[in-house]
Order: sequence, then structure tokens, then C-alpha cells
Amino acid sequence: MMDMNILVLLKPVPDPEQERDIQIDTGSGRIVREGVKHVIDPESRNALEAALQLAKKPGGEPGFVAALAMAPAQMKDKLTEALAMGADEAYLLSDKAFGGADTYATSYTLAAAVRKIEAEKELQFDLILAGTSSSDGGTSHVAVQTAEWLGRTHISNVCSIELPDSAAGGALIRAVKRSEEVMLTFEGEGPAVIGVTRDINKPRLVTAMGIIKARKKPLTVWNIEDLVIDPDKAGLAGSPTKPGRLFKPETGRTAKEPWETPEEAAAGILEIIREAGI
Amino acid sequence: MDYHFTEEQGLLRDAFAQFAKEEIAPHAAAWDAEDHVPMDIVPKLGEMGIMGVFVPEEYGGTGLGHIERCIALEEIARYSAGLAMMVFTHHLGVAAIVDYGTEEQKQKWLPGMCDGSCVCGLAVTEPGGGSDVAGLKTVAVLEDDTWTINGRKCFITNSHCAGVTVVTCRTGEDEKGRPLMSTIAIEAGTEGFKPGREENKLGLRGSFTGELIMDNVKVPAGNTVGAPGKGMPITMKELGEVGRASMAAIELGILRACLEDAVAFAKERVLYGKPISKLQAIQFQIAEIRCDYEASRLMLYNAAAMKDEGKVGAEFSMAKYFISEAAVRSAKRLMEIMGGYGFVNEYPAGRYLRDAVGCIPSCGTSEIQKMIVAGETLKKF
Ligand SMILES: Cc1cc2nc3c(=O)[nH]c(=O)nc-3n(C[C@H](O)[C@H](O)[C@H](O)COP(=O)(O)OP(=O)(O)OC[C@H]3O[C@@H](n4cnc5c(N)ncnc54)[C@H](O)[C@@H]3O)c2cc1C
Repeated sequence: MMDMNILVLLKPVPDPEQERDIQIDTGSGRIVREGVKHVIDPESRNALEAALQLAKKPGGEPGFVAALAMAPAQMKDKLTEALAMGADEAYLLSDKAFGGADTYATSYTLAAAVRKIEAEKELQFDLILAGTSSSDGGTSHVAVQTAEWLGRTHISNVCSIELPDSAAGGALIRAVKRSEEVMLTFEGEGPAVIGVTRDINKPRLVTAMGIIKARKKPLTVWNIEDLVIDPDKAGLAGSPTKPGRLFKPETGRTAKEPWETPEEAAAGILEIIREAGI
Repeated sequence: MDYHFTEEQGLLRDAFAQFAKEEIAPHAAAWDAEDHVPMDIVPKLGEMGIMGVFVPEEYGGTGLGHIERCIALEEIARYSAGLAMMVFTHHLGVAAIVDYGTEEQKQKWLPGMCDGSCVCGLAVTEPGGGSDVAGLKTVAVLEDDTWTINGRKCFITNSHCAGVTVVTCRTGEDEKGRPLMSTIAIEAGTEGFKPGREENKLGLRGSFTGELIMDNVKVPAGNTVGAPGKGMPITMKELGEVGRASMAAIELGILRACLEDAVAFAKERVLYGKPISKLQAIQFQIAEIRCDYEASRLMLYNAAAMKDEGKVGAEFSMAKYFISEAAVRSAKRLMEIMGGYGFVNEYPAGRYLRDAVGCIPSCGTSEIQKMIVAGETLKKF
């Protein structure tokens, strides 16, 4: 497989580093996104890095990497960032009608967009990469559900992807999945959907030159009319999940009087850990 | 100017900030303590597009403007003002070549200066006094298409690491007997050209500041940057526009460090059973730092935008003067907020203060800036 075609599902999320500023709207039970700095979800970033490494091997035929996100229009810059990292094209699905989507409605919409991109580009993605679970929702659903809508093989929690015989033109994909106790190696041919984990790679930094190059790369915005979908299955209307009570846990810290001796401290700390049931 | 940055400028800031967090922040304290100049980071700065951020793409640069250059310097200086000094002085020399260099000079030097394989410098100041530029004594004599240069420069950033230094030299007199200057590029390794003493500075450590000695240095006439005899306006333009805006950006980076550290410390430090951020006296200190930061930010990016629009004015001097003093004030406030912790070297407050003070003389002292501002003001109003 000389030139891989890879699509990355990329989710903009509230910056996890500013976690304490994140508010939850008690009425709707959803995260308040206005006025919060958003970043590309860390695992999505790993997925993009993996795509770039697989498709843009130095010396090899450059493959095609596209990024796809469903997000409000003001998140467009996150896709520009993906282009600046090295993606060739980007697609943003943005429409009020997509708002409030749960993972079922999100994956349904994403799958429709995948079909449209593949039809327009006259190709089939060998791989669709995504983060296993996003730092905000954390359901681990979207990659898997998108694969199901598309009828494609899927694996999550993948910490390594290789193309063992790509030099010889082979299409074998080898993915290593980390489970609690063992590492599982899967081999097969695409098309497949893979959810990666943070330890798969260290994403490259965006450079100024990358940002300049991104100016010339296509970034397409689609609304609900552009996709062949049933509007009742998109957005809030198409979301069967009803969030329960959402609240911010109390994370306040209190200072304790230190113990006199190291022995007392050790016993005291052990006691605290026991009490906390850790 | 629109004080809200463009989407692209926002992305650049995020990219530079991420780079600074990963590559600079973890080492900044050690560079300061050991006065270590991190030369290994220079190619990475090249790769990021910072070394040649405003250089046209045809010479290997990123082709952006001075706003973007100031964004890069602010983000670097947020963690290491010392490293930012190296980068800014490099930009100063590069700007002279971009603005006044011949096509041949640009082809020869700029690609290396953009990719980080060649650091640049600009040497004006002499032991006889930096403020009195007209009084400088380094002499260059042109004979048979070759300059012979003799003299000594001091307080020169990148003195010990520059591959090319643009040196301001006295090369004659006009009909009224006033000195005429020329700016001449000298490559490292040229016979008779060597760094002298390296200064042990109070702040801005992690960058070289030192002497340059020119003892019968011979360079071709082709190394003249700009027209011979025009060295004074060239030097003043680069120092005045690129230099002062850069210093203002570095000082803004220090100011932001003070602001962020002050807020973090005030929220963490618990006294009387609650964080000291609840104490009004502490809140007022923080408010002062915030106001200084916001005013400084507007002044800096206004000056940088003016430069990009090709306008000139005393705004660069106003920004340099105001922000350098504001950075010193804010560092002192941070030290006060931190109590004893502000004074121990385990925390960076002391470094911010030392760095902020160090910024005052570079590219003209506060008195010099005020003279420029007053000069323009008396004409304009
Ligand atoms: C960290 C650092 C890096 C530097 N890097 C460079 C570099 O790369 N290249 C370079 O060429 N130079 C560099 N300099 C030198 C800097 O430009 C000079 O220090 C500055 O111009 C002041 O010159 P001076 O130190 O000789 O002080 P002086 O000119 O001797 O000034 C002494 C005092 O007199 C005051 N003064 C002078 N003239 C007047 C006046 N007319 N009216 C009122 N007060 C006046 C000054 O404000 C100051 O308080 C650097 C300096 C520092 C600290």
C-alpha cells in the first residue's frame, strides 16, 4: 500500500488544562462552551500524528490525510491547526441542527460525512483514526459507533499502528491494543476504524511555516443540508442519551497540621489513604 | 489596528506558547542559574519559523510581520527573557540585511539565519557610551574595495555565538565635519575579529553579552549593508523600530509571567484559613499588575502594527519606556505578594526582577526613550 488514505476524526474540547474554569449548565446538564478556550482533544491530536506518520513516510509516496470535525463554526481554527500540523484537507460539520448531539447522533452524522467525502474524492479511506475517548465526554463511543454505521472493522485503545509490508506494496495493518493485563496484536487489511491512546506517539508541534501552508489547503464547511441524513437522527433530536445529574465535584484542598516525626507521618498518611478507600 | 488578533495570529501564539512550554520552561531556571546559553535550541527555533519569522519566504523565512515577531518574543520571554534577548538581537541584525542588504548578501546569509544555523548580531555600543551613537570610535577605512576595521564594541548580545555581526563603524565626515557611519557585516572567524570579555550579567542570563574586538579586520566592500555613509540612519531605524518593539515584547513576556505567577501564588497560599487572594491588599497588587499588563499589551501591539503598516512614530519609544518600567514594577509587586518565597531563588520572582531591570538599557535607556517621546510630543501638540 504505497499511498495510504487516512481520515482523522478530530474533536475540539474545552482545554483540559483549564479544567477549573469549566462550568456545567445545570438546566441542560451540558458543558458551557462559550468563553472557554478550546483545543484539539489530546487523543485526537495523537490520532492525527499517527495518520501523518503513516501516510507521510519520508521517501515514500505521500498519502492523503484529511481531518473531520463536527463542531460549532467558531471551532474552525482547530481544523486550521490540523492543516498546519500537516493534514491535506479538513471538513467541518457545523449547523445548529447538529447541536446537543450525543454519541449516537454524532457518529451517525460523522459517518454520513465520511460517505460524502469518499464519494467526492472517489476513494475509500484505508484507515479512519480517532482518539479512543475524548477528554470531555470520555465515553469511548464515537470511533466505534462511526465504524458500525459504516460497517467497518474497529479497534480501540490502540497504542501502536504499523504497516509491516508497506514497502512491498502490501496492505497489512498491524495494531497493538493495550488491555488491562496483556497487549493484543491485531493484523488485517483496511478499511478499519482505530481509536488510539495518548501513548501511541508524541504529536508534533505546529510551526509558523505549517500555519502559512495551511492558508492554501482546503477547509470545507458542511451544514445539515449538505449531508444525506435523516434530520431526526441528528443533533439533540436524534440523541437517545439523556444525561443524569451533572455536577462539579468538590476538589477543594485543606491543609493539615504536619506530623512531628517521619514515623508518625507515614502512619498518618496511611490512615488517610485507608479512610479514602484507595 | 484591530486589537483582536486574527485567527492565524491566535494559532501562531498557541504554537509558540506550546513550544515555549515544552522546550524553554523546563530549563529556564537552570539557564539563568548557570548562565548557560542554550545553543542547541537555536535550530529548533529555526524549525518553528521564529528565527526568520519576518524574512520573506524566498530567503527561507516565514514571511510574516512584526506583530507575529512580537508574539514569538513575548511567548519566549514568558519563560526565558535571556533566550528572548538572543532571538531579538538576531532579528535586529537580520532586519538590517532584509531592509538594506544587497541581493547577494540576502542569498548568502538569510537562509542560514532563518534555519538557525547562523545567529546574527548588531553591534553599535562602545565603551565610550551607548547613548551617544554619534560619538562611536570604531573606524573603517575603504581601500581597494576592502574595508579595514579597527575598534572595540561592548555589551553586544550574541557576541560569542554570532556567525555574522552587523557592525556600525565611523567611515568619514560630511562637509560640516559631522561623522558619517557605515554598517558593515563581519563573519565570525574573519582574521582580527574576535569576541573579547563575556559579561557576567545580573539578569537576562542565558544569552551572551560581551565585547567584540576588531584589530585590522579586512572585509570586502561587498559586506557593506546599505549605502556607505548611511550607517547612522540605518542603525537608528533598526534599533528604533525593530529593536524597541522587541524589547517591549520581551518586557511584556516578563510582565505576563509576573501576572500569572502572582495569581497562581495568591490562590495557592493559605493564611488565616483562606487563600491570600481573598485579601484586598493582595487583590489591589494583582489589579495593578493586570492594568500594567493590559496597557502594555495595547502599546506594544499598536507599535508593532504601525511597523507592519510602514508607519513610524514615537510609539516604539513609548512602549519600550512604559513596558520596561511596568515590568520592573510588576516583578517587585510579585515579590511582595510572595513574601519570603519571592526572595529565594527556588522561585522565579527574583529572576523576573533581574531580567526586567536588565531590559531598561538595551535599545536605549528610559531617559533616551523619554527624550524621543518629548521631542515628538513638543512638535505634535
Ligand atoms: C543586556 C544588554 C544587551 C545589550 N545588547 C546590545 C547589542 O546587542 N548591541 C549594542 O550595540 N548594544 C547593546 N547593549 C548596549 C545598550 O544599547 C547600551 O547599554 C545603552 O545604549 C546605554 O549605553 P551605556 O550603557 O553606555 O550607558 P550611557 O550611554 O553611558 O548612559 C549612562 C546614563 O546616562 C543617561 N543618559 C545618556 N544620555 C543622556 C541624555 N542625553 N540625557 C539624559 N540622560 C542621558 C542614560 O540614560 C544612563 O542613565 C546592550 C545592553 C544590555 C544591558
